[in-house]
Amino acid sequence: MSELKQHDVSLTVNGKAETISVAPRASLADALRDTLGLTGTHIGCEHGVCGACTVLLDGKPVRSCLLFAVQAEGAVITTIEGIGDAQSPHPLQRAFNECHGLHCGFCTPGMIVTLSAFLKEHPQPTSDDVREAISGNLCMCTGYQNIVRSALRAAELIEGAKS
Amino acid sequence: MKPAPFQYVAALSVEDAIALLSKYGSDAKLIAGGQSLVPMMNFRLARPEWLIDINRISGLAGIAQKNGALRIGSLTRYSELEASEAVQRSVPLLGLMLPHIAHKAIRNRGTIGGSICHADPAAEMPVAMLALDATFELRGPTGTRRIAADDFFIGQMTTGIEAEEILIAIEIPEIKNSEKHGFSEFARRRGDFALASAAAVLRFNGERISDHVRIAVGGLSERAERARAAEALLAGKAPTAALIEEAAKAAAAEVKAGSDLHATEAYRRSLIATQVKQALAVAVDHTSSTGAKK
Repeated sequence: MSELKQHDVSLTVNGKAETISVAPRASLADALRDTLGLTGTHIGCEHGVCGACTVLLDGKPVRSCLLFAVQAEGAVITTIEGIGDAQSPHPLQRAFNECHGLHCGFCTPGMIVTLSAFLKEHPQPTSDDVREAISGNLCMCTGYQNIVRSALRAAELIEGAKS
Repeated sequence: MKPAPFQYVAALSVEDAIALLSKYGSDAKLIAGGQSLVPMMNFRLARPEWLIDINRISGLAGIAQKNGALRIGSLTRYSELEASEAVQRSVPLLGLMLPHIAHKAIRNRGTIGGSICHADPAAEMPVAMLALDATFELRGPTGTRRIAADDFFIGQMTTGIEAEEILIAIEIPEIKNSEKHGFSEFARRRGDFALASAAAVLRFNGERISDHVRIAVGGLSERAERARAAEALLAGKAPTAALIEEAAKAAAAEVKAGSDLHATEAYRRSLIATQVKQALAVAVDHTSSTGAKK
């Protein structure tokens, strides 16, 4: 094979314009973590099954392990760091704290990123709706009860903030 | 795991993609949604030297209604199909089937054309395409050609597409007044590939099923296939519970099925009888939605 070329990629991450230089085989997840230092995005299975690496691509949840960083030219990416932080947590982050939805915390960023998009489309979900929404996010602590509770609580918090 | 090193190039037009395919030949692979290809690359089951990205080609995604058919661009993502009123109204089978494909985050990225060209034997899309009598428009260095779904799926991840061709669009006849669709699938976990799936498209002459009966199954062997003996049993008859039972048994007996670490052949045949029965039940009585959601 001839010499591998690095690619410059310009994208917006959590509202900030970034230009990074990546090898073609670098996943978006690796680029976010290793190049941009955004280690909130976790890498679990690297084949799209576990959901830990879920980020928003142009507002929609996608697996950042199944997207090469080089493909993200011009994309608008939101990671868990862009959802909220300790100073101004997202209602989901507050609810996961309140309802003990974190457990070991490994799956949590993917859960919250996935649920952040889901609650925008389904502001008053049932428990079954939430289970369907996170069916692609695996928790190895088997802690789904509290995760579902957290999501329902977040929906309440969001609804309460509106009125 | 990480994929083996490769070189990346983004095609900006269909012509561009075909020229790149012609240049790099079998060393190259097109990438659309990447939801099947990237896992295969990460497992090192696929090691293309060149990845030709078709995501930036404009006009390759979209849904249009034309001459009684739905024309769906190959780069149209599952979530766009799910959200499309035209798809839900004109091709109810897709509406029933789409929620079974993986999970939302995968459906936001995966494309209809990618799944068809990947031709995974356990994937849902090839099954639906066979039942719907879809036609695929392919373009290569020598021009455009059309191929029926029946002639396209050859074997495990093997299709009738040539190395220098790209799938442009999928044409699916819109549902007729007298037509009913059904789908049913069994997977171990929500969103997993099917251990057995079945799709049914039936047209009626009054109370009787007409000659237009298409049943397709997947998840059993190296490719999705039609259950023609079951189709023949149903043609021209009223869809009684006994007839549906008989057709389901015929399908289970006629289709190819194999054993692997996921299921034995006998178990798969038993599963497919149930899936065919349920798909037909959904088609005949659209209010019983066994195929829609588990």
